[in-house]
Amino acid sequence: MREKFFERFSWVSLVLNSFRIIVIILIVVGAFNTLQGGKYTTSQWVSLSVSGLAQGSIYALIALGYTLVYGILLMINFAHGEVFMAGAFTAVFVAEAFKESGFLDSSPLLAVTILILVAAVVSTVVAVILERVAYRPLRGAPRLVPLITAIGASFFLQYTFRGLYGSGFKSYPEVAAVQGTWHIAGNDIPIVQIVVFVAAILLMVALYWLVERTKVGKAMRAVSENKEVAALMGIDIDQIIVMTFAIGGALAGAAGVINGLYRPQGVSFTMGFFPGIKAFTAAVLGGIGNIPGAMLGGLFLGVFESIGPNLILEGLGIPAANQLKDAIAFTMLVLVLIFRPQGILGERLTEKKA
Amino acid sequence: MKRTVYFTLLLLVLALVLAACGGQALECEDEIGCVEVAPDEPITVAYMLTISGPTAFLGEDSRGGIEIAIDDRGGELLGHSIELVGEDSLCSAEGGQTAAQKVAANTKVVGIIGTNCSSAATAALPIISEAGLVMISPSNTAPALTDPNGTWQPGYFRTAHNDLFQGRVAADFAYNELGARTAATIHDGSPYADGLQAVFAERFQELGGTITFQGAVNVGDTDMRPILTNIAADSPDVLYFPIFEPEGNFIAAQSKEIPGLENTTLMGADGLLVDSFPEATGPAAEGMYLSGPYITGSAYDEFLSKWEAKFGGSPPSGFHAHAYDATNILFDAIEKVAVQGDDGSLLIPRKALRDAIASTANFNGLTGTLTCSETGDCATGEALGIYQITDAEISGGNWPPEVVWTP
Amino acid sequence: MAKTGRIDWRQLIRYGLLAGVAALYVSVIGMVEVFSQRSLITGVLTLGQLLLFSAPVLAGYLAVYKDDESQTAAFSLLKGVITGLFSSLPLIALVLLANAVNLRAMFVNVSPALIDILVFGQGTAVGVLLLLLSGAIWGTLGVIIHLLPDKTRHVVLVGLSWTLGAGMLSELLIQVFRPLFGSGFIRFVFQGGALKLWASIVVFILVTLLDWYWSKRREEVKTKMANLNPTQRRAGMGVGLLILLILPWILGTYLSEVLDNVGLFILMGLGLNIAVGLAGLLDLGYVATFAIGAYVMGLFTSTSSLGVGELNFWIVLPISILAAMTAGFLLALPVLHMRGDYLAITTLGFGEIIRILALSDWLSPIIGGAQGILAIPKPQIGSFVFRGPQEIYYLILAGCILAIFVSSRLNNSRTGRQWMAMREDEDVAAAMGIDTTKSKVLAFTLSAASGGLAGAIFASKLGTIFPHSFNLLISINVLSLIIVGGMGSLPGVVVGAFALVALPELLREFAEYRLLLYGALLIVMMLARPEGLWPSAVRRRELKGTEEEEIEGGEGAPVAVTAD
Repeated sequence: MREKFFERFSWVSLVLNSFRIIVIILIVVGAFNTLQGGKYTTSQWVSLSVSGLAQGSIYALIALGYTLVYGILLMINFAHGEVFMAGAFTAVFVAEAFKESGFLDSSPLLAVTILILVAAVVSTVVAVILERVAYRPLRGAPRLVPLITAIGASFFLQYTFRGLYGSGFKSYPEVAAVQGTWHIAGNDIPIVQIVVFVAAILLMVALYWLVERTKVGKAMRAVSENKEVAALMGIDIDQIIVMTFAIGGALAGAAGVINGLYRPQGVSFTMGFFPGIKAFTAAVLGGIGNIPGAMLGGLFLGVFESIGPNLILEGLGIPAANQLKDAIAFTMLVLVLIFRPQGILGERLTEKKA
Repeated sequence: MKRTVYFTLLLLVLALVLAACGGQALECEDEIGCVEVAPDEPITVAYMLTISGPTAFLGEDSRGGIEIAIDDRGGELLGHSIELVGEDSLCSAEGGQTAAQKVAANTKVVGIIGTNCSSAATAALPIISEAGLVMISPSNTAPALTDPNGTWQPGYFRTAHNDLFQGRVAADFAYNELGARTAATIHDGSPYADGLQAVFAERFQELGGTITFQGAVNVGDTDMRPILTNIAADSPDVLYFPIFEPEGNFIAAQSKEIPGLENTTLMGADGLLVDSFPEATGPAAEGMYLSGPYITGSAYDEFLSKWEAKFGGSPPSGFHAHAYDATNILFDAIEKVAVQGDDGSLLIPRKALRDAIASTANFNGLTGTLTCSETGDCATGEALGIYQITDAEISGGNWPPEVVWTP
Repeated sequence: MAKTGRIDWRQLIRYGLLAGVAALYVSVIGMVEVFSQRSLITGVLTLGQLLLFSAPVLAGYLAVYKDDESQTAAFSLLKGVITGLFSSLPLIALVLLANAVNLRAMFVNVSPALIDILVFGQGTAVGVLLLLLSGAIWGTLGVIIHLLPDKTRHVVLVGLSWTLGAGMLSELLIQVFRPLFGSGFIRFVFQGGALKLWASIVVFILVTLLDWYWSKRREEVKTKMANLNPTQRRAGMGVGLLILLILPWILGTYLSEVLDNVGLFILMGLGLNIAVGLAGLLDLGYVATFAIGAYVMGLFTSTSSLGVGELNFWIVLPISILAAMTAGFLLALPVLHMRGDYLAITTLGFGEIIRILALSDWLSPIIGGAQGILAIPKPQIGSFVFRGPQEIYYLILAGCILAIFVSSRLNNSRTGRQWMAMREDEDVAAAMGIDTTKSKVLAFTLSAASGGLAGAIFASKLGTIFPHSFNLLISINVLSLIIVGGMGSLPGVVVGAFALVALPELLREFAEYRLLLYGALLIVMMLARPEGLWPSAVRRRELKGTEEEEIEGGEGAPVAVTAD
């Protein structure tokens, strides 16, 4: 079908190919100019890439929630960013209390673990209620219907938490233990970025193990393959779906606290919106429904956002390049999807979708 | 079918009869009309603020100022209770227009406090002005709004500082007082920040300084390293970012991690003059300068304690004092022009109200001494101060910080 | 269970506590306090009280909902009392907790004022007792409503909801009535922005009478409507059109403004409906076409320094539409191979790219950047200027009628059927010889046209445009209204636009809680009517089929095998 399509509409492929070529030329020229100009040192590039990795691993953690739910229900849980916000916004109060009592400084590892648990619990509860109220009754409905309830739930959750905690900005207290830098291979890398990256990787490995090696994971995969057959095999579909939402929620909550370590400020009821969109982008970029894909997509997006504007746009002589960060991130997304319409690691979609 | 027609006709006739019956006691002689307040009716003032969406903190901040101003009058004006009605004007032109239509349709509204965002004001103003209303903004700063050749219209006033004043004061301070010769600016795509940085850059260059970088971030960004790395290449003396929380926090906090910015002085504007800013930013904020309304003093401390008692915590943004002053200017003007009937009814002439606000002089407000100009600027720049954040604000809970310089 | 009148404690506790949590929720997020001053019926009921007490009433009602006739009334009432008592427990916990610790450090709205309202202005001890008592009373009231004979209950509920609705919307009613009936009438009926007691009783009686009348005559009217001859139909349509034409002058400026906004969203909805509803292409970046239409209009008509040419509205209008269509065409090319969510995120990205470019410093010398484009003149025909919302209404109305006409022709055309085939199954459609590439490109291009039209009107209506107006929420809103209305259905778009654009306006009363309620209503609407408020005939048939056979839903939706 693809071949036939190209035969008959060569002008389309002509346009697409020239688009690819133009974008790639622009990228190469921009990068070449910037590097030629020598404005930035190698260690600056390294430092930007590492902070991009840290940011990307947070995107990845949230993206996992999208991907898990999509894998099982084939729906976009648009309210997932709010699930992230719920955990992060609630845990900030606990963190403040820990800071005041000195607990945060005396035993930081334990304190942060408790914070992560608190956030994970809150986010899980929110995610599970969300599933029960807004998605489960619509499971047989057309695919776009739960998308709308998700949007409604997104508003509802945002303004609920605004009502609970107010509209001002909160911030996580500074954790003394993760301040400072480590000297690695000639570069000073902030400890917090390493911690964030490692914590995210650990969580993702744990999730991968859960999905691939445990009984619950097997059941999840079975449900995502074929619900009828899974049900015939004695799997309680509802329970597995709730589990999926719970796991996604817990990861989002954990991401909330980890994000708080890395970017302590700006905790508010709207904080879930942009990370939500970014994580969704990351999930699609990596191939939605695919767990390693979500990680890869998140990291790719994070790094690209971090170095893209300075590397490419500045070389092209575009003023205020950093403002266009999201624009080039989305351009990259389109470029990747033109090459691979199923995302980096996604499988070719054979079933009909939307 | 026929019966419906008759019924409609009957209703129409009834409506006309009832409309004709509404006779009035006091005579209105104002050229653009009056607001009539019956003996037992409240005086209605409206707010048009952004109370939902990501900028909700701005609206809540201003609304708190308005409510405290009303409380301070005991909720009464000229023997009538004060009724505050409100519209969510969002932070957008279409939000401003819709809210303005709603307020303008309410003939009982005497005056409006709002809007927060200049974009909302630009779209709201033609409607508000034509309806004969007055609108005093606590946080519009766009120069065009008070420029008769721009979008200014009769009835518009503001107690916030025009970008032209604030940007200029900031540049003067940076060049003359700090001795800075190179500067970089960042805005966040809001007309407020973009306007301020443009005025700052222009003035700074006029004084003989060099602008090394003019850039922008997006609302919602958290990673400021790329732009800061970019700026660090020239190690400017001053980094001016007149934006809001939380992007301002991120810039301040992350600037200390970037090699090349060690000797750069940070400067912000009243968008960051918020109690939560120093504490949230941490030690990175130490030594940072903020321009803003001159709010230091016992009156302001008293205001803050009223806020604490009424709403809990502290104001979420830096424009509540402007809102408080705006409300009081409006009330003073109403008191000045209202005509009282024998039965306790009131007649508030609209044009006279505008003139009364325009003639406000030496008004002693929370934000300093205000004198309104013909074209609506009540804060003329003298009432600005430059604050410096110290450890007392970061970890000591002190607020507001000390004023280190006034123009 | 019913015969012996046994009490199912678990169920009662569950309903009671759920209601209590609901009451706790509205208290803690601050609604109860904020609306404690907002009367619905002067001196009788405030909105805060309604919010606080409706949950226990509902719980009492539900507690006995499933009981059959044989249940004695006394037992039912007892159940109501028990449910009501339990519904007070969460609030009591809140009161006690708030006395013990400073909850306000976390929950900003748990203020002393709120606690004072909850304990009815009495001390804690008395207050707790009063809370229990009120819970019991409201729970019992719920039961009483259930115990009423069906007909009476229906009448009472209809009357109550209209009366409360009138109280809730009284500010709006005042605005509409004041110019019609004068201030004297307003003061006669309303007080402090709420209905007076006698007026609410009159409303109640009127509504119940009308309801009773309608229930008697309903069938008769329906058959009459069905048997109208063509002339009468045409006359009816004429009357409808006439009403549409004079509508803004009846409603006044503010409601006309709301109508205009609804109209703009109808325009966009009709456009997006081609891509999403007919062709099944999930487009989350529709705001791009809206922005392009608006910016083209702004740029070429503005009298400010950014303006190019200062052309006439009517000359630029087709240019705006063409520009938007070009953008739609260009967007269609890269996404031809993408499906489902890949398509969604790519189109979303496209919308964001347009907004970011509009905002950028890079392009600001041309299109204004953050400062936007000012001084866009109003449209004009001869000496008639479309100045205010009441005049612009006609422009939007004309646009909508045109778009509806085009859409309905498309719906029934060959192309329309090709789109629908593609929506149902792209591969099969291709196999059947439908040129999916051409169809998709055509769908995106045509779909962009009315977005561009809406944008152009939007720009000249506002007189000034800022990039912030063109955010993702617009795309989401347009998509939502299509689905809330009923995918692929033209009347659905209109109904959906009213539901999603006019509703938040009516909810203005709720100030900062507006979007909270909007979100909740969005969920409730979709749960109550997953097929949409006015589904298309095809889809109605499909969904019926799905229910009966429990086969896969139209969109390849996963099927719930186990019963909920």
